[in-house]
Amino acid sequence: MTDQANEVREIIFGTLQAALPQARPLSNETHIIEDLGLDSVAVMDFVMEIEDKLDISVPLDKIAEVETLGDLVATVQRLKEAA
Amino acid sequence: MALLDKYASLAAQYRQLEEAGANPFNVPFDEVLSPTEAIISGRKTLLLGTNNYLGLTYDPAVIDAANAATSAMGSGTTGSRIANGSYDSHARLEAALADFYGRKHGLVFSTGYQANLGIISALAGKGDHLLLDADSHASIYDGARLGHAQVTRFRHNSPDDLANRLRRLAGEPGEKIVIVEGIYSMLGDTAPLKEFAAVKREYGAYLVVDEAHSLGVLGATGRGLAELAGIETDADFIVGTFSKSLAGIGGFAVTDIEGADILRVVSRPYMFTASLPPANIAATLAALQQLRARPELRRSLNENALRLYNGLAGLGFELGPEPNPVVSAVMPSAEAAFGFWAALLKAGLYTNVSLPPATPKGLALLRSSVSAAHSSKQIDHAIALFAETGRELGLLNAEMAALK
Repeated sequence: MTDQANEVREIIFGTLQAALPQARPLSNETHIIEDLGLDSVAVMDFVMEIEDKLDISVPLDKIAEVETLGDLVATVQRLKEAA
Repeated sequence: MALLDKYASLAAQYRQLEEAGANPFNVPFDEVLSPTEAIISGRKTLLLGTNNYLGLTYDPAVIDAANAATSAMGSGTTGSRIANGSYDSHARLEAALADFYGRKHGLVFSTGYQANLGIISALAGKGDHLLLDADSHASIYDGARLGHAQVTRFRHNSPDDLANRLRRLAGEPGEKIVIVEGIYSMLGDTAPLKEFAAVKREYGAYLVVDEAHSLGVLGATGRGLAELAGIETDADFIVGTFSKSLAGIGGFAVTDIEGADILRVVSRPYMFTASLPPANIAATLAALQQLRARPELRRSLNENALRLYNGLAGLGFELGPEPNPVVSAVMPSAEAAFGFWAALLKAGLYTNVSLPPATPKGLALLRSSVSAAHSSKQIDHAIALFAETGRELGLLNAEMAALK
């Protein structure tokens, strides 16, 4: 994994961990809605924090395609590279 | 797996509410007596959750106009304006709305929901960019999904976040279209429109303002928040509804943009649905005349809003940030909201329950909306019932006030 990929992954995992009511193990396979019990608005709110930290905008159709944390890392990384 | 199994957990919650005999999402009105009273479950009930802001649903001029139109033109149009024709009254209502807003074009849609669907989806072409306030109504999100533009949401009421997102798009081809609301329907807060207008100008974006809950409520002549904020020339489109202050059903958009009539043959929610029936068009026209002729309605409405807001704040409830006709009390949980709501209804007061994801920040809300038709006695009675019920349920105590 490149340095930037690692940084994106760390930011996403760190932001999510801080947003959850209690600490839980997170992996690339974690399902954001099913495993973490977030609703659609909570997911969009959490993505906003990542957008701020990385100075990117994640379109809603891209968020809708994301199922796992691994998907989110890949999406955000692609957007960061394109920015 | 059965077709509806995906809704199993929601269905269980819904069943629970039905079995408890208190489902805020399925309230039977046996009879409606006036803009402020109805018979619900055989009991005379004070209505504090109907969005009937100017109380015009029983106005004699409005009812007479509806009756006369039905007698003259029939009960329905039985078709869409594109395929089956427009009645003279459709065009007159569009002209009346354009005149009220001082705009060149007015378009009428069959619901407020479709007005947002129709305008947003038609404005947002492939390669364009839509920027939505995070707390936008479902109709705005759905309109965005129906269009072909790329969609991002900015932090609620944050001109800075909007500016950040427009900055990231600088140099990208495509139009940038910003959507905000006047009064937000869940917490009754307003958009900082002056600041949004400045950002819009700086980045050369377009601005659409949805005045669904602010038409007839705000502004020197009741046009809404854009009028109050003095930025009407920056609002490229105003969208609104007939089902609140205008006491009917339907939606509209007004604009000065050249060639706006083309929207009539590209906006699918305008084209592929039946047009409003004559009675509804006539009632809306009459209600608009009342709105314009009787500014005292707006004064009474806002006095009532302030009275309820101050009354509930005085009891220690955590409310939205501004006193507007939507007054929502934050409940500690969805269960508390259901319990409070049911107890109020039993005591003869009808309010609304609003839950996530329809609400911002996961809030459970006990939502009220006031009308110009409420007497101050009715508002005081409502406040007294909130106090009594809150005390009984332990949802009104020093701790709750202290938590604020």
